[in-house]
Amino acid sequence: MAPVNSAQSSDAAAQSSAALRFASQSANTLFSLFITFIGLLAVTFLISRVIPIDPVTAILGERATGEQIAALTQKLGLNDPLWKQFGIYVWDVFHGDLGQSVRTRDPVLTEIGRYFPATLELSTLGILIGVIVGIPAGVLGATKPGSWRDLFVRLVGLMGYSMPVFWLGLMGLLLFYGELGWVGGPGRLDSMYEMMIDVTVPPVTHMILIDTALAGEWDMFWNALSHIILPASLLGYLSMAYISRMTRSFMMNELGQEYITTARVKGMPERRVVWVHAMRNVAVPLITVVALSYAYLLEGAVLTETIFAWPGLGRYITDALLVADMPAVLGGTIVVGAVYIGINMLSDFLYRLADPRAR
Amino acid sequence: MSFLPLARKAGAATLAALLLGAAPAALMAATPADTLVIAAAIDDIVSLDPAEAYEFSGLDVVNNTYDGLVEINPATLALEPGLAESWSVADDGVTYTFKMKAGVTFASGNPVTAEAAAYSLQRAVKVNKTPAFILNQFGWTAENVDAMITGAGDTLTLKVDKPFAPTFLYNCLTAGVASIVDAETVKTHDVGGDMANEWLKNNSAGTGAYVLKSYKPNEGVILEARPGYWRGDAILKNVFIQHIPEAATERLQIEKGDVDIARALTPTDVAGLEGNADVSVVTDVGGQVYYLSFNQKNEMYKNAKFLDAMRWAIDYQGMADTIMKGAVIPHQSFLPQGYLGALDDLPYSLDIEKAKALLAESGVKDPVVTLTVRNAADRMDISQSIQNTFGQAGIKVDLKVGEGAEVLKDYRARLHDATLQTWGPDYPDPNTNSSTFAENPDNSDEAGATGYLAWRNAYDPGAMTAASQAAVMERDPEKRKVMYADIQKTHRETSPFILMFQQARQTAMRSNVQGFYAGGAVDAASFWLVTK
Repeated sequence: MAPVNSAQSSDAAAQSSAALRFASQSANTLFSLFITFIGLLAVTFLISRVIPIDPVTAILGERATGEQIAALTQKLGLNDPLWKQFGIYVWDVFHGDLGQSVRTRDPVLTEIGRYFPATLELSTLGILIGVIVGIPAGVLGATKPGSWRDLFVRLVGLMGYSMPVFWLGLMGLLLFYGELGWVGGPGRLDSMYEMMIDVTVPPVTHMILIDTALAGEWDMFWNALSHIILPASLLGYLSMAYISRMTRSFMMNELGQEYITTARVKGMPERRVVWVHAMRNVAVPLITVVALSYAYLLEGAVLTETIFAWPGLGRYITDALLVADMPAVLGGTIVVGAVYIGINMLSDFLYRLADPRAR
Repeated sequence: MSFLPLARKAGAATLAALLLGAAPAALMAATPADTLVIAAAIDDIVSLDPAEAYEFSGLDVVNNTYDGLVEINPATLALEPGLAESWSVADDGVTYTFKMKAGVTFASGNPVTAEAAAYSLQRAVKVNKTPAFILNQFGWTAENVDAMITGAGDTLTLKVDKPFAPTFLYNCLTAGVASIVDAETVKTHDVGGDMANEWLKNNSAGTGAYVLKSYKPNEGVILEARPGYWRGDAILKNVFIQHIPEAATERLQIEKGDVDIARALTPTDVAGLEGNADVSVVTDVGGQVYYLSFNQKNEMYKNAKFLDAMRWAIDYQGMADTIMKGAVIPHQSFLPQGYLGALDDLPYSLDIEKAKALLAESGVKDPVVTLTVRNAADRMDISQSIQNTFGQAGIKVDLKVGEGAEVLKDYRARLHDATLQTWGPDYPDPNTNSSTFAENPDNSDEAGATGYLAWRNAYDPGAMTAASQAAVMERDPEKRKVMYADIQKTHRETSPFILMFQQARQTAMRSNVQGFYAGGAVDAASFWLVTK
């Protein structure tokens, strides 16, 4: 009697303790995410109050009288103690209210919602290019370190780090659009399609590539692709520089391990050795690298967006900063922060999938 | 490593597919024949509601989607009848009568009536957005405007609170805020008492040559021509204004013919387009004036000879010919070219010897001027040139550089010593600049009259305040012109302001494009006369 019961109860105990562990881990994660987020809000809030830019003059403009300024200052709650202003701000954020843009009086969240899909589309394609080119490039360098191939990869990567992105962008535009005519110009579509898109394509995701594909508008799809390919390649190039470097470094480390030598000695084809065995172990830290690169692109590449007239988040935040539109800057920062936090969570999750030891 | 050839093949295949797919679309990139494609920086737009639009790009759109009672001829920049075919002012000087033009319709088909005109002006006052002050100047408030402005049949009656110069009213009625809106349509889109302010951000309800079809902030504006425009239908059926913030990109586009007009080119880009047979560049003036001003809290700047010395120590022509080439023209009085009463003469030029002599006569020893300037390339170039020429004359200049908002804050608080600034006119009447450069009713700190540039510089213009206030009330247009000429002359000889330049704008157009007018200093851009 006793053995059966104890076996059953120990199974149940094991299951419930696993569930408890999962619950407590998740709670821990969520709690630390929450604290990180509050910290982000505190820092951006403090910065906005410390900068010597007067939001009231920004709203009322040059012609404001002393009374108007005093009235609006009171109305905006700028006379309240800092901690109170912060409290109100946090409360609003958690209710989805990121405030009103000082410049346009539109809700910041709505405005960001307009620009974020464009950044998402560009960054996702950019990181895909960065990964598809960067990882094999890094592996290439790692498998034959010191060879001309390795040097070539590292040189190309170094150029990506060192050359100013706006220069690369302008040169790319001059060459591929201006001289060769291989790609579309600035903006997301040709003028002809810009005029038509609202009528013919329902805005499902606000990402033109996806929406036009869903609507079956293939001419527009190819046109959008021709416009996005150059800025995405530019961003991809910049990410690739970092990704290939890290891949090379991780891969060289892995390839020096004993189990690799064992596998080779056992006669395993080199392709399997690198891409199946070594790569599995490189995947874990590489996930972090790719996740960070992706998050970096998602915060909006303001210079790329300026050159290619891409209506994205980077321009939005930068333009807002230059006209002292602090609600918009703060709102943008919070969104970017939330995206970073989200991507961290995602990469943590992928970790657990990739590395059995972390489960 | 056998994966390399595979990778190479895969890469080549992808690239080929992309190019194959992309190439035909890219080759078709020239602009559609019935669409005017304009590349411009339109991120300044706040709203396209005529009662709210106050920035250049917004006013450009409003100028093409709405009309006012009085209009400005795009080619001659002279006042002409708009939706009112004639007007007159009674002897009391405060009652104006406008006769509405017959047979004009809004884009919706609704007829233009005096009631709609009255409603439009009342609305602009009641909605009370940034440009409302232009109308408030005439004594119109949300409480009294319904009584002051009335319309019946084809007659619109306007009462103002003082017998102003009639040209003052007529000039202000050409401003975007005085656009006539389709009252019937606007009333149906009122949300929570906003008088359709929200709806008009993305839709138009006017008599203009075009209708606003779509507005995507920071992306583009699409306009579609309406049939039955009272000045004659627009020639090009569509206008697409694409937001292209980078000048170099605009230049590429205009060279390739992907846009018909490029408006945000820099002088460097314009120079690069020289010799390109497909592109022509048209120069025009804008309304901004560049000036130096000196805070008279510093006693040094009350010294007349010292001020004069500085006036002769600036290389106006040199800067306009080199560092500011194409971006400015020399201009030495506070009314921009194109304004009633503007002066085009340039009495001052660089004369170091004269400056040195005046400095010696002034009795000021080892002067140091702390010049606050905004951190922008053109401002920095100008201030460094001034530092150089002042230095040659014996005046030391310390440059203090800051961000726009920061510099402005100090300026408004009278904390600067000297500053390099620009001023853009608020409406197309000389009073806009005269009232701020030459009037200062109360020079005390407590007055906080930051709206007056004279106040910001602790400058009491003396008799000019009264003279400027009288000029806006002068009912004879010729006399009014002379009054402003006199004020400007006195001002440039005695005030702590040194007017240096007026903004110039260069627009690049494909050589087949004709009939584009940028509006000079007094008007916004007009698209309906463009052909290509």
